[in-house]
Amino acid sequence: MATLNYLNNGHGLASWLLTKDHKRIALLYLASITVFFFIGGLFAFLIRLELLTPAGDLMTAENYNKMFTMHGVVMVFFFLIPSIPAVLGNFFIPIMLGAKDLAFPRINLISWYIYVLGGIFTLTAALSGGVDTGWTFYTPYSTAAANSHVVTAALGVFITGFSSILTGLNFIVTIHRMRAPGMTWFRMPLFVWSHYATSLIFILGTPVIAITILLVAAERVLHFGIFDPALGGDPILFQHLFWFYSHPAVYIMILPAMGVVSEIVQAFARKNIFGYSFVAFSSLAIGIIGFFVWGHHIFVAGQSVYAGMIFSILSFIVAIPSAIKVFNWTATIYRGSVSLESPMLYAFGFVGLFTIGGLTGLFLAAMGLDIHVHDTYFIVAHFHYIMVGGAIMGYLGGMHYWWPKISGKMYPEAWAKFAALIVFVGFNLTFFPQFLVGYLGMPRRYHMYPPEFQVLNVMSTLGATVLSVGYVLPMVYFTYSIFKGKPAPANPWGAKGLEWEIPSPPPTENFPVTPIVTHGTHQYAPSKEVGVV
Amino acid sequence: MSSTNDHHVAPVSLYLTIFGALMVGTILTVVVARFDLGPLNNIVMLTVACAKALLVVLYFMHVRWGTRLTWVVAGSGFFWLLILFSLTMADYMSRGWIAGTLR
Amino acid sequence: MSEGYPQAPTAGVPGHMAIHGAGNPHDGHSHPDHPKLQHHFDDMGQQAEASTLGMWVFLVTEIMFFGGLFMAYLLYRYRSPDGFAEASNHLNVIWGAINTIVLIVSSLTMALAVRAAQTSARPKVQVGWLIATMILGSAFLGVKVIEYADKFTHHLVPGPDFQWPGEYPAAAEMFYSLYFCMTGLHALHMIIGIGIMLVITAMAWRRQFDAAYYTPVEVAGLYWHFVDIVWIFLFPLLYLIGYHYGAH
Repeated sequence: MATLNYLNNGHGLASWLLTKDHKRIALLYLASITVFFFIGGLFAFLIRLELLTPAGDLMTAENYNKMFTMHGVVMVFFFLIPSIPAVLGNFFIPIMLGAKDLAFPRINLISWYIYVLGGIFTLTAALSGGVDTGWTFYTPYSTAAANSHVVTAALGVFITGFSSILTGLNFIVTIHRMRAPGMTWFRMPLFVWSHYATSLIFILGTPVIAITILLVAAERVLHFGIFDPALGGDPILFQHLFWFYSHPAVYIMILPAMGVVSEIVQAFARKNIFGYSFVAFSSLAIGIIGFFVWGHHIFVAGQSVYAGMIFSILSFIVAIPSAIKVFNWTATIYRGSVSLESPMLYAFGFVGLFTIGGLTGLFLAAMGLDIHVHDTYFIVAHFHYIMVGGAIMGYLGGMHYWWPKISGKMYPEAWAKFAALIVFVGFNLTFFPQFLVGYLGMPRRYHMYPPEFQVLNVMSTLGATVLSVGYVLPMVYFTYSIFKGKPAPANPWGAKGLEWEIPSPPPTENFPVTPIVTHGTHQYAPSKEVGVV
Repeated sequence: MSSTNDHHVAPVSLYLTIFGALMVGTILTVVVARFDLGPLNNIVMLTVACAKALLVVLYFMHVRWGTRLTWVVAGSGFFWLLILFSLTMADYMSRGWIAGTLR
Repeated sequence: MSEGYPQAPTAGVPGHMAIHGAGNPHDGHSHPDHPKLQHHFDDMGQQAEASTLGMWVFLVTEIMFFGGLFMAYLLYRYRSPDGFAEASNHLNVIWGAINTIVLIVSSLTMALAVRAAQTSARPKVQVGWLIATMILGSAFLGVKVIEYADKFTHHLVPGPDFQWPGEYPAAAEMFYSLYFCMTGLHALHMIIGIGIMLVITAMAWRRQFDAAYYTPVEVAGLYWHFVDIVWIFLFPLLYLIGYHYGAH
């Protein structure tokens, strides 16, 4: 690459570690979240290894508890929550808005350092003996009985929360105040809308888990018994405060992926999204209504039945905007000029698997059913369908879609298609049996199980092995593409959007002059549908 | 684009008036708390506190002359707190409503 | 798609730039930029708006952060109203009221400091108001030290040392757990606020603020007023709920 772009504009470690360029910061995040992904994956693999046999023969119960705790903590807080926003959001939101950078570039860099610091705390907890409370840190076990490194791990999560908050803050201010002339709200890409909704959740939800974690630490260290029944405290208050954030957190994990899918289906069906404003408003609705449903995690813990009923009906309602989106993506693909490049394969996978995950979520919103399957593998399967079948597929789809822009290189498409297939097969083989085994009664978070569940568990572990191959493959061919890949043109997919109007890789300042936007950024075909801008 | 503070310079007298109101509110709260007025204590206390907070937000923090966006942002924080409070208390206040259970 | 790349007019409001420094080649104007204009903004107006919006968004996170503690308070007071009132009665209302007044005055001096910058007042005037604010903030913290020391002496720190002679020992320990968490977190924010004020004061001393550029003062002021507002709620909820019981 002879021309100056953000990758070769400045050399040396300092130019990367002290950068203010949102694109370089995105790559810093990419490196660190990838590391955490494989750490979390390692814990998952150990779990699946133990569950090959009904007996708890690979590790003690306490160590097993540490495995699923660390898997959850690392995957949720250090991979899923930051992944798309901190990598693809950071990289593309300014470009999609026609801006030179985010509103606060230095805060962007600081957010990465905060993320790394939090990660160090959590890894320290893991390496010095682990935490066994579950990623949910429920009291009174976490405050009174657990003798593992709760405070260290909790502090790691607390610190990393501020990385989320600063990212959300940056996105909100950028989207409100730094859109290029003519870029009205309804001309923004849907990827931006979904990140706006995600940022609302970052801002409104993360602080609550932050204070809750501090209270757990205060109870452990200072003996301030906020959740201690002996003082009239209620352990369920912890659950209310924890899930007030952690339920919206799952929308943090899925909304950005939905934004990615909206971009991909338009590009590879060569068609404007069906019902742009419906999708945009649905993103907001998911972000907002998602704050009203947290009690569905507490149905069987001791919450009142009447509160359960309120949360139940609200949980049904929150599914509606998601369903609207699935309908709109489908309607976009219908009668489109569809091509099946690897990003589109991931998008298809997302739509199908997210639908299954979401549907099973509706099952769980019904209290009568939840009572039977709560704390079984049915729940585990449900959330993995959304988080892995949904969010991770969205992430991989986005990485494949935008890799040529980010790196300036094309990856080998045949390998990418193959990897997508492996991921899809491996994923379903891992997690579909878990629906079955959970419904049959196998509880989660146990390192042993009745022998009649073994066949399904073996299938699941086999699936996990296949899935891990599928995850390693992109690492290999993306790396290969950096050195040997064909140089990417500005617009390899023939897609619409401001990011495809600038070179691959982009120059540091993104645009030579500020673009003037004269109509919606996605115009694949003359729009005949009502409601499309 | 109108600016969030609109470069509006408030006169010193306005700030002093608001200050005075805040002092009056403080004295009022303390005096009323001295007496046992039953549920009225809480009502007075919270009303005065909210009024004082509102004065600080509107005048000292310039929201009175700011954009609607600032308004919405400030309001959303308090509104979200209300969501946390009301739905959580909905659980606690309705426990024991089903006879014979703790639920 | 016909998005063009002509020389684009900025979205900013004209007349907000002071005349120093090199021009921004992207803005179509030929006059130089304010030295404090960051390169990714079109003009000072946009930069100022972004900064204040950013601080407001941050304050929303602070509302939710403290909010978790207020939630715990709400629940436990609902469950033991008399216990909380009895526990609160031990707190010294005079100290609490003094601190409330101190913070309200400090909000006034802060507002006047922002106004001084806004009206291009001499640096000494700006610095004067800022120092007054910091002195008042420190006075607040001084009172808190006195109060906390009193708690230690009277075995009111939750934990193994806690002793409560009244009718509701469990509720009292819960009340004081919340008292320390809430006022402690608030005091931490005060300390950070004073730190921020030191930086702002140094900048004001070096003549960096005038009508064209005073955003850091304004933004610091927003933070300071927020910390005051938290106390406006903490004072009655912690100090006054047992006041009608008479002297302890």
